[in-house]
Amino acid sequence: MEMILSGITEAIQLLVSGDALVFDAAWRSIWVSTTAVLIATILGISIGTLLARRRFIGRGLLVTLFRGLMGVPTVLIGLIGYALLARQGPLGTLELLYTPWGIVLGEVILAVPIITSLTHGGIKNLDRRIPETARMLGAGPVQRWKTYLSEARLPIILAILTAFARCFTELGIAMMVGGNLKFKTRTLSTSTTLETARGEFSRAVAMSLILLAIAICITVVIALVSREDES
Amino acid sequence: MLPIRYSKQIRHWAICLASVFLLGCDSSTQTDQSKLRIATTTSTRDSGLLDVLLPEFTKTYNYDLSVIAVGTGAALKLGQQGEVDVLIVHAPNAEAAFMKDKHGSQHSPFMKNSFVLLGHPDMAMNPQKLTVTQAMAKIADNRLRFVSRGDDSGTHKKELELWGLSASQPQTEAYTETGQGMGNTLMIANELKAFTLCDAGTYLQFKNKIDLRPVNTEGAELENRYSVITVQPEKNNYINQKAAREFYDFLNSKRAAALIRDFQVNGQTLFTPLNQ
Repeated sequence: MEMILSGITEAIQLLVSGDALVFDAAWRSIWVSTTAVLIATILGISIGTLLARRRFIGRGLLVTLFRGLMGVPTVLIGLIGYALLARQGPLGTLELLYTPWGIVLGEVILAVPIITSLTHGGIKNLDRRIPETARMLGAGPVQRWKTYLSEARLPIILAILTAFARCFTELGIAMMVGGNLKFKTRTLSTSTTLETARGEFSRAVAMSLILLAIAICITVVIALVSREDES
Repeated sequence: MLPIRYSKQIRHWAICLASVFLLGCDSSTQTDQSKLRIATTTSTRDSGLLDVLLPEFTKTYNYDLSVIAVGTGAALKLGQQGEVDVLIVHAPNAEAAFMKDKHGSQHSPFMKNSFVLLGHPDMAMNPQKLTVTQAMAKIADNRLRFVSRGDDSGTHKKELELWGLSASQPQTEAYTETGQGMGNTLMIANELKAFTLCDAGTYLQFKNKIDLRPVNTEGAELENRYSVITVQPEKNNYINQKAAREFYDFLNSKRAAALIRDFQVNGQTLFTPLNQ
């Protein structure tokens, strides 16, 4: 327990003193996961709506596939990302291994199934009269799409939040694809692992507490924004 | 069939995405020859030695360094695959095999320290001095608990070598493999009141957090030799052979030797340079 308490004081000290490593890792955690979730939101919402509103062969299979992929371990994505991005791999020429953009790519793969499945569920659950009414009022496909998104905005916001929570705290991809390089690809979660391995337990606790604090802040911000939207 | 407007929308997104992606690639691709990728064992990073050596290196050579700290087994693998330019490792037998298979072009031991066999004070070993192989045999024969790294690291390789030298096998029920780094393994061994093999540097860092203490041993078997290896440049076009050579020469230089000799953790010297 003493470890946790000293972790709290250490976290405050690190923040007040403006510790370069902490701020570097925190900023990277934020921008990498935000970028990944933004890209995944565009992809996931498009695919999710398509799966909910269009009929085509193999749709059920795709829905099941995306739902299954929601549980994929991040280490596996890390390993696949490594195999793809390694110098010998098919995407080796992009030179994305051990770069933050490599982590972004991995986190997109992590987030797309989550946003797709939850968007699909949200739109599928809409009152059947909504698409009918929209169609009757002469709404075009894009307008209808906008209607679905605005009607299902709560589940979609939840989908984005869930994806963000997983990306922001994710470890396997950042470790395998990023490599935990100091001032290059180190994130708050890889820092936590590193400090634990070094035996700096209160520093490790401090890192995770900062991670948790940022995650809560971002969640609150999104909640506030979406509440405004609701009224 | 998708309506035309819908497919336009999709095409629009696709173009957006592709440009975002390409933009990302663009910013990360610099001229190859300005980068140097080093795979190193965790002990050199975790002890803080690299924080002393690398700034001195970049003072002369202006490279963009990437340090990937992994176990020796994984580091050698990265070298074999041509993912890195230069390696710092500590497993002489595996290094010899690596060189024999022509994965490396230059190989040189540049510093050493030692391994320590740690045990819980409750598990009294004989007070008289044993060789480390005698101590290991005793652990196996008496079915004393032993915690192993089990992760193909240099320390794990050393442990397996010592079991071989002692001509004994630990009993499965008393033998635990953690598959984790040295620090975590030390903490587990400490909780289990077990024996474990550890590099002197990590032990020094954890000394105040654990009850485990070195078993009184003598003999040269516990030497821990660190080598630098430049990766065979023919593996692919990305390998920066010039920078790797310069780093190799730097680690073998008098300047680096002085830094290694003067490097201390908690007032104790950790490594002895081999090129005085």
